[in-house]
Amino acid sequence: MKTSAPADHDDLRDALRALCADFPAAYHRRHGADETYPEEFIDALTKAGWMAAMIPAEFGGSGLGLTEASIVMEEINRAGGNAGHCHGQMYNMSTLLRHGSEAQKKSYLPKVASGELRLQSMAVTEPTTGTDTTKLKTTAVKKGNDRYVINGQKVWISRVQHSDLMILLARTTPLSEVKRKSEGLSVFLLELAQVVGKGMEVKPIANMVGHETNELFFDDLEIPAETLIGEEGQGFRYILDGLNAERALIAAECIGDGYWFVEKASRYANERQVFGRPIGQNQGIQFPIARAFVNVEAANLMRFEACRRFDAGEPAGAQANMAKLLAADASWEAANACLQTFGGFGFAEEYDVERKFRETRLYQVAPISTNLILSYVAEHILDMPRSF
Amino acid sequence: MKVLVPVKRVIDYNVKVRVKGDGSGVDLANVKMSMNPFDEIACEAAIRMKESGAVEEVIAVSIGVKQAQETLRTALAMGCDRAILIVATDDVHTDIEPLAVAKLLKAVVDAEEPGLVICGKQAIDNDMNATGQMLSALLGWSQATFASKIDIDGDHATVKREVDGGMQSIKVKMPAVISVDLRLNEPRYASLPNIMKAKKKPLDEKTPEDYGVDVSPRLEVVKTAEPPERDAGIIVKSVDELLDKLKNEAGVI
Ligand SMILES: Cc1cc2nc3c(=O)[nH]c(=O)nc-3n(C[C@H](O)[C@H](O)[C@H](O)COP(=O)(O)OP(=O)(O)OC[C@H]3O[C@@H](n4cnc5c(N)ncnc54)[C@H](O)[C@@H]3O)c2cc1C
Ligand SMILES: Cc1cc2nc3c(=O)[nH]c(=O)nc-3n(C[C@H](O)[C@H](O)[C@H](O)COP(=O)(O)OP(=O)(O)OC[C@H]3O[C@@H](n4cnc5c(N)ncnc54)[C@H](O)[C@@H]3O)c2cc1C
Repeated sequence: MKTSAPADHDDLRDALRALCADFPAAYHRRHGADETYPEEFIDALTKAGWMAAMIPAEFGGSGLGLTEASIVMEEINRAGGNAGHCHGQMYNMSTLLRHGSEAQKKSYLPKVASGELRLQSMAVTEPTTGTDTTKLKTTAVKKGNDRYVINGQKVWISRVQHSDLMILLARTTPLSEVKRKSEGLSVFLLELAQVVGKGMEVKPIANMVGHETNELFFDDLEIPAETLIGEEGQGFRYILDGLNAERALIAAECIGDGYWFVEKASRYANERQVFGRPIGQNQGIQFPIARAFVNVEAANLMRFEACRRFDAGEPAGAQANMAKLLAADASWEAANACLQTFGGFGFAEEYDVERKFRETRLYQVAPISTNLILSYVAEHILDMPRSF
Repeated sequence: MKVLVPVKRVIDYNVKVRVKGDGSGVDLANVKMSMNPFDEIACEAAIRMKESGAVEEVIAVSIGVKQAQETLRTALAMGCDRAILIVATDDVHTDIEPLAVAKLLKAVVDAEEPGLVICGKQAIDNDMNATGQMLSALLGWSQATFASKIDIDGDHATVKREVDGGMQSIKVKMPAVISVDLRLNEPRYASLPNIMKAKKKPLDEKTPEDYGVDVSPRLEVVKTAEPPERDAGIIVKSVDELLDKLKNEAGVI
C-alpha cells in the first residue's frame, strides 16, 4: 500500500518493520487477551535503540525529533502491535529534555537510553476533576528546604508497574492564591522504587484495551526537593510540551492503526468470495474502505506538520490537537469499515480486528477527548466564547 | 583480510509483482525496493567474521541505479564499514547483466584486494545464479556456491553446500568467491544507532567507465508473462481415487 508519507524515513521504517515482524499478531493477541505487558517486544525496541530516539547523542541516544519518534509509534501500530505500552517514554522525554536541569538529565538520560531505566509514566488525570486539569486536587507542600509532601489521588495512570520513573503534576500553590489557574502547579520526577508502598499505593484498573493502568493514592508521601522539574509553579506550562508531543504521537499511532485496518480490509475484500465474486467488487464494501484511506492520508499530513513545528520549536498546540482529532476519527472510521468488511469473522479474536478496534477506540477519549479538542479550536483558534 | 560483499537492489520480496503491459518486464516504477535477501545473508556472514576478529574490513558494493545508495546504506547500517556504488544506468528497469556485474566486481577486487568475496547465490528478481561463478572464473579464484556453513582456516575455507541430494562439504583454497544460501544465518535488523552511524560512513560513487567496463546488454528479454493462474484443487475420497487420477488424468505416474 503506497501512502503519501514522505520517503525520508524509509530507512527507519524498514528497520522497524523487520524488528516488528519478529513479533507477529499472535504475540500481541496473547498479551491483549492475558492483559500482560509485552516485555520481550519492548525490550527488543529498547535494545535496538528505538526507545532512546529522542535522547541527545551526548546522553547515549540518537538525538532525533518528535517526527522520528512518531514514526516508531506509527510502525508499531501498523505492524499490529499497540504502542500504548511504550509511548509514555517518548512524550515524557519532551518534558525532561526541555525543562529538566542538567543534573537531572545527566543522572537519568544515559540510563534511560541504555534501557536500565524506563520513563514510561505520567500522572496527571484525577478522578474528580477529569479533563479540567488545572483544578486537580493533588497537593505538594514544601516541608523545610529539601522535601515536598504529596497528598491526593490519580486515576488512569498507565505503565506504572512497568516503569522506573514517573512524572507527577501536583498543585504547590492553592488555586485561591494564584492569579491564573494555570499557575501554582508543579512537575516532579519520581523514582517509583522510592515511593511505591512508602506513601504511594498503586491499584490496577481492569480495562477494555489491555493497558496496564492504575489508580494512585498519595498519603503524606515525602519526596526530595531535587525531584522538582524546572521552577515551582510553572509545571502546567512544562507539561503542555509533553501533552502536545503526546497528541502528535497518538495521532501517529492512530495513523498506524488506520493503515493496518485499511490494508487488512482491502486484502480481505479481495479474497472473500460471496455471491460468486470478491466482496470488494461491491461498492458497498470498497467505498467505505477507500474513504477511510483518504481520511487517514489527510490526517497524516497534519501529523507531520504538528511534528515539524514541534521539532522546530514553533508553537504546535493547534496542529497537535487537530492532528489528534483527525487521526483518531480516521482510525475509528477505518476500524469500523474493516470490522464491517470482515462480517462475522471480524468478531473472532484470531483475525485481530476486534482487538485493534477496541484499542483504537480509546483515542476518541484519551489522552484528550474529541470534544475538548473542538472546544479548544473554537475558543483559541476561532475566538468564540468559552463554552464551559 | 578485507571482505567484499556485492549487494543488489531488487523488488521487495513482499511486493506483488506486476508484469508491464507491453510484456517487456516487471513494473518497477513506484514499487518498494530492498536489498536482495541472499545479499543480506552475505552481509551478515561478513559482519560476523569481522566481529569474530577474522576480518578487518567489510566493503559493500552495488551496481545499478543511483537509488542503490539506499541499499548500500542498509548494508552499512547492518555493520559493513564502507560502500562503493557503481552507477551503471539511470533507468530502474535496466538490469545490469551478470557478466557485466562480474567484470565490474573483478575490477573492484583488483583495486581493493580483498581476500574473500561473499555474495548471494542469486538475485530474487532475475534468478540468474551466475554472478559469483563468473566472478571466480574471471579472477581465477576458487568458488564455493550455495553455502550453508563457512569456516575459514588460514589459506583454506571449508564450506558446507546445499546440493540437490543434501549437504556437501568442500575445502577450497583462499582467496575465494563464496555464494550463500538461505540457511547460512538469519540476518540482523539494523538498530537505530547503527542507522545513524551508517549515514556518516564513506560511500564512494563510481561509473563503469572508471573501471573501463562496457555494461551494454548482450541478452534480449523476449517476453515476460504472469504465471498462469492455478486452478482450485479437489478433495479425493480415497487413495485409489488419487492413484487413478494421477495415472489417468494428470498422467504423472
Ligand atoms: C486506558 C487509559 C490510559 C490512560 N493513561 C493515562 C496516563 O497515563 N496518565 C494520565 O494522566 N491520564 C491517563 N488517562 C486519562 C485520560 O487522559 C482521561 O481519561 C481523559 O483525559 C478524559 O478524562 P476523564 O476520563 O476524566 O473524562 P471527563 O473529563 O470526565 O470527560 C467525560 C466526557 O465528557 C466530555 N466533556 C468533559 N468536559 C466537556 C466539556 N466542557 N464540553 C464537552 N464535553 C465535555 C469529554 O469529552 C468526555 O467525552 C488514561 C485513560 C485511559 C482510558
Ligand atoms: C457472534 C456471532 C454469532 C452468530 N450466530 C449465528 C447463529 O447462531 N447461527 C447462524 O447461522 N449464524 C450466526 N452468525 C453468523 C452471521 O449471521 C454472519 O456472520 C452474517 O450473516 C454475515 O455473514 P459472513 O460473516 O459470512 O459475512 P460475509 O457474507 O462474508 O460478508 C462480509 C461483508 O461483505 C458484505 N457483502 C457481502 N456481499 C455483498 C454484496 N453483494 N454487496 C454488498 N456487500 C456485501 C457484507 O455486508 C459484510 O459486510 C453469527 C455471527 C456472529 C459474529
